[in-house]
Amino acid sequence: MSADNDAMAMTHGGTAQGGTAQEGTARTGTARVKRGMAEMLKGGVIMDVVTPEQAKIAEDAGAVAVMALERVPADIRAQGGVARMSDPDMIDSIIGAVSIPVMAKCRIGHFAEAQVLQAIGVDYIDESEVLTPADEAHHVDKWAFTVPFVCGATNLGEALRRIAEGAAMIRSKGEAGTGNVVEATRHMRSLAQGIRRLAGLPPEELFTAAKELQAPYDLVAEVARAGKLPVVLFTAGGIATPADAAMMMQLGAEGVFVGSGIFKSGDPARRAAAIVKATTFHDDPDVVAKVSRGLGEAMVGINIDTLPDSQHYAGRGW
Amino acid sequence: MPVIGVLALQGNVREHVQALEAAGATARPVRRLPEIEAADGLVIPGGESTTLWRLADAFELLDPIRKLIAGGMPAFGSCAGMIMLADRLLDGAGGQRTFGGIDMTVRRNAFGRQVDSFERQVTLDVGSGEPFPAVFIRAPWVEQAGPGVVVLGTDGGRIIAVRQCALLATAFHPELTPDRRVHELFVSIVKGTS
Repeated sequence: MSADNDAMAMTHGGTAQGGTAQEGTARTGTARVKRGMAEMLKGGVIMDVVTPEQAKIAEDAGAVAVMALERVPADIRAQGGVARMSDPDMIDSIIGAVSIPVMAKCRIGHFAEAQVLQAIGVDYIDESEVLTPADEAHHVDKWAFTVPFVCGATNLGEALRRIAEGAAMIRSKGEAGTGNVVEATRHMRSLAQGIRRLAGLPPEELFTAAKELQAPYDLVAEVARAGKLPVVLFTAGGIATPADAAMMMQLGAEGVFVGSGIFKSGDPARRAAAIVKATTFHDDPDVVAKVSRGLGEAMVGINIDTLPDSQHYAGRGW
Repeated sequence: MPVIGVLALQGNVREHVQALEAAGATARPVRRLPEIEAADGLVIPGGESTTLWRLADAFELLDPIRKLIAGGMPAFGSCAGMIMLADRLLDGAGGQRTFGGIDMTVRRNAFGRQVDSFERQVTLDVGSGEPFPAVFIRAPWVEQAGPGVVVLGTDGGRIIAVRQCALLATAFHPELTPDRRVHELFVSIVKGTS
């Protein structure tokens, strides 16, 4: 842990974000407070919900947090059109329905949506490729916010660029709304490979590695030293079964987002509870087998190679 | 060297394992009853207390751990772990249960939502007495503590650290900062030297 903290001080020391607290003054929105919130979600499942009733089902199933949105990714795919931040009334109704943390999505680069979400009091913002991007070149400056952000990434360089912008948590992008884990698998493996490669490099090669990754040198050196990202890494995108969750955890995820996979299935309450249990006992096939029984229909799913390029959400963001 | 288990159902297990090792204990994640029973002490990490409760209940750990703690097993809980060690809970989810052990009433999410989460140097009656870097994340506080509970620290008049015999609880996360005094205190409790 001390390595993490030293590294955090190195990356952000001297700014208001990461220094040592003055005695007596309470400081909100520090890197430690934002990243720490994600640490508390580890080993847990965060579920997409579109109504207070679904939020309640998720909480009762053992979710560590819910993601409040108007349409799950599968419906965004089916219905098309521009996907935006949810109505504040709808988010408020979900905040009022549950006692666990509530997250919400803003469009990539849409800092005004993020400002609104912070004003409402959501606990985490997902700057998400599932919504239609609002800026083709720039993501939100996440250091400017008190509320922490989670961002998607397909590889290590993308993850480190998001962390440099202030993301306090990273998730794989996967291919949301497909019920198909193949893209999440690719992203989790790519992140792990990138980290393993850095950990094996001599110091003089980290400068070129940073250039190749298009990521800040300090973050590259920090990952090389720690052998892990400086923030919590979850998986997302296509997780539909307890075994999907167990696989992602064994591939190095520290927790799981489930989007359409629960409420597009036959028995959401039961499936949600099963995925929670499989995430905790991901390394115990007997438990995963037991909770996988009798869950009813999984979401139908989409084969990703049949999607037109414009429907590949993972390519959004840079 | 004592062996301390960190309850690994959900939450920030790794940071507690590292902090305990740095404080002179052998630490390991535990999630099955024989592993928990084999430990000399138990840490309940930060996390989501409703998830900890539901998983402990689903895997038939709730009552066995309650009995181990009532029978004298040393335990330390931070944040959600403090909630799990409280005899009485306010603002819990419907039907939410705890392991109990400390004669206190804890209010869940008392310090507010994540935008209200903060860090601050606090005064703790632990070790040297130097200010302690305390990180509060959607933190609970102790609303009321019974006569057998020793208050180790307060913040703005709210009780944020307590000890009752071999049970220790903090509303904040000492595992997120490099200061090891709280974990050292717990290791000495497990060793029977404090």
